Amino acid sequence: MFDLVSFIPRAVVQSIPLLLGATGETLTEKSGNLNLGIPGIMYVGGISGVIGAFLYEQAAGGSLNPFLAVAIPTLACLLGSALMGLLYCFLTVTLRANQNVTGLAMTTFGVGFGNFFGGSLIKLTGSEVPSIALSATSGYFSAALPFADSLGWFGKIFLSYGFLAYVAIALALVCSYVLNHTRTGLHLRAVGENPATADAAGINIGRYKYAATVIGSMIAGLGGLYYVMDYACGVWSNDAFGDRGWLAIALVIFTIWRPNVGILSSILFGGLYILYLFVPTGMNLSVKELYKMLPYLVTIVVLVISSMRNKRENQPPESLGLAYFREDR
Amino acid sequence: MDTKTPAVSLRNISKSFGGVPANEKVNLDIYRGEILALLGENGSGKTTLMNMLSGIYFPDEGQILIDGQPVVISSPKDAYAYGIGMIHQHFKLVDVLTAAQNIVLGLKEPGRLNMEAVARRIRQICDEYGFDVDPDQKIYDMSVSQKQTVEIVKVLYRGADILILDEPTAVLTPQETEKLFAVLRNMRDSGKAIVIITHKMHEVEALSDRVAVLNRGRFVGDVMTKDTNAQEMTNMMVGHPVSLNIQRPEPKDPKPRIEVDGLTVRSEDGILKLQDVSFTAYSGEILGIAGISGCGQKELLEAIAGLQPVEKGSIRYVEDNGTTDELIGKDPLEITSMGVALSFVPEDRLGMGLVGNMDLTDNMMLRSFREGHSVFTDRNGPKALAEQVVRELGVITPGLNTPVRRLSGGNVQKILVGREIASAPTVLLTAYAVRGLDINSSYTIYDLINKQKQAGVAVVYVGEDLDVLLQLCDRIVVLCGGKVSGILDGRTATKNEIGLMMTTVGGTREHA
Repeated sequence: MFDLVSFIPRAVVQSIPLLLGATGETLTEKSGNLNLGIPGIMYVGGISGVIGAFLYEQAAGGSLNPFLAVAIPTLACLLGSALMGLLYCFLTVTLRANQNVTGLAMTTFGVGFGNFFGGSLIKLTGSEVPSIALSATSGYFSAALPFADSLGWFGKIFLSYGFLAYVAIALALVCSYVLNHTRTGLHLRAVGENPATADAAGINIGRYKYAATVIGSMIAGLGGLYYVMDYACGVWSNDAFGDRGWLAIALVIFTIWRPNVGILSSILFGGLYILYLFVPTGMNLSVKELYKMLPYLVTIVVLVISSMRNKRENQPPESLGLAYFREDR
Repeated sequence: MDTKTPAVSLRNISKSFGGVPANEKVNLDIYRGEILALLGENGSGKTTLMNMLSGIYFPDEGQILIDGQPVVISSPKDAYAYGIGMIHQHFKLVDVLTAAQNIVLGLKEPGRLNMEAVARRIRQICDEYGFDVDPDQKIYDMSVSQKQTVEIVKVLYRGADILILDEPTAVLTPQETEKLFAVLRNMRDSGKAIVIITHKMHEVEALSDRVAVLNRGRFVGDVMTKDTNAQEMTNMMVGHPVSLNIQRPEPKDPKPRIEVDGLTVRSEDGILKLQDVSFTAYSGEILGIAGISGCGQKELLEAIAGLQPVEKGSIRYVEDNGTTDELIGKDPLEITSMGVALSFVPEDRLGMGLVGNMDLTDNMMLRSFREGHSVFTDRNGPKALAEQVVRELGVITPGLNTPVRRLSGGNVQKILVGREIASAPTVLLTAYAVRGLDINSSYTIYDLINKQKQAGVAVVYVGEDLDVLLQLCDRIVVLCGGKVSGILDGRTATKNEIGLMMTTVGGTREHA
């Protein structure tokens, strides 16, 4: 029998990195920047958090201050991913480099950066296994509300997650509101749709692109942090993050650039991502691999449907991927 | 007028792009309560000059004064702060947003974004000047003239009292143009300064109070409109006297060249674009096609060139010896090799025919790259052709290696038309060959077309300007809603007659 009560929480924890990544990427793409560096940025966000937590755990010895144990890795993660976002913007907005090439390079760089420092930390701890465990810090990140357990299936499905999960949902809702109901959101959408028009209307294109991309990168970086600290219980091992970054980008398309739609869609993606664990497939590993294709298949189907419907609101921002230069003719 | 302080004064403004000067030491005064027409040939720097006022470009040299005070306009925001609003030739609107959202775009009003209050103010502005805008309509659902209205309301919403309109009538029907002019006169009477960039003489005469003329980036002079006439303005614009008469040599030895019979074309969405169209185009003759835009002109030319699937009917190509060849079913390459050349100038000019990112030589090669037997292409021929087109049509370009998209619209058009004519066709299809071209370039193009006619080419000329059609064409096919409304003799037809036939099939007076 399919066990929904244990499936849904698993799908949700699986979905949170995707949701954060997708929210960040949506925000970025709304400014016309197609940041394919998101997988790398999430990776850097994760390792930056790990470095922060590692240094703090080393410095504090056995007694951790709960507030600092959360704040230091979080700030380290935000700083690391913000720097990645800044680098991307400097290359694509200021120097007008090709966005696809830059993004892919950032992903390669981010993964290499993460693996390098991950490997170094593992060497430093001198552990037997190729991973580094920060279970004390992780305990603070994954702490659920104390009364969640007493509420049965309700508590398990809705209240059993670490705080970053709720932050992720709140961020998606806030982004949605900002994009659709505020002046800033209107300006940002205009920048991504038609920068020449936004420019003529007196909107500072560079500032909006930088802000959206850097904030988007920071949100995506939190996805990496959540993955290490909550989902993986504080265990960092190189390359474990896998293809979640790409899945987040697929999710952006799946949600047709709507962060609020992302909340449920990411849970769907998370569910599809782990469905193979819940469907009896026996020992046949190739069937499992087929199940792992599901999120991508769904994305392709959505792409086909949304391009057939051809509604203007459902299209990507019009100048997505293009650099803007005012005096270009 | 002399005692008033100008709303805007430009002093010794210069600007160049990549070494090519667009404006050189221009001096210009703009007054409130006056409509100033800024006149000049293509590439004479009209738009560049106004872009410097609206903050899109920054002048290399010179000084701008607003109400006598020197100011620096370094961004569109600064321009709005000084009350300058520009309505660009290519509308600056975000398609997926509503009219109201576009109008408040970039504004920093205090408080939260309240779209209802915005909509109220838009309606108020509309009532004041007689516009018709639905604040909640998406831009992509709008017609060109509606978009233009949104642009004007946007500028007014920002409290601009110096309005610049860049070729506002290029995309409008005569009725819409009349409406626009009425609104502009209203705004002038309420004390706003209005600049309209144009090269249509009759609009200058109908609308403006004063004319300022630019020639090759330099300010030539300004005159009161009532003290001048079209001939004098043209001479100022071009820099030497020009004749404003179009030649119409008698057709020599006309023979049927293209026979169109019962042609019916449906668009992709199943809308009937052409219905039972029949006519014959003769060699050595210019056949004009008149009609309100979107009446099937595009589909007709594309069907002949093999680019448009045909539902019914036939298009026959008649050789000199009388043998005929069915064109329907042939691919465009075969049709082209039979000598049918299509020089179609679509609304965005670069859409068909030229590749914006390629330079002049490469664009010439688009016609000739299949020639020869070597695996390597011949670049010398196209290069010589590019040089010839630049020289003969007076294309203004920094060089042959400049990407075409960097050239001004009129120059792009000259290259396209020049290339098509150079392919020595037996049938030349042109649509809107002079759209957006200034008067001097237009006459160059008319001359070219006439030369083709005298060389025995069958020319099909789709045009917008009825005066030109009547002066240039031997016969005129009038289309109305995809049907042939009538075929007239260009020498005897009147403008009124054509106008009626454009709106009613057969030109009956029922709806007139």
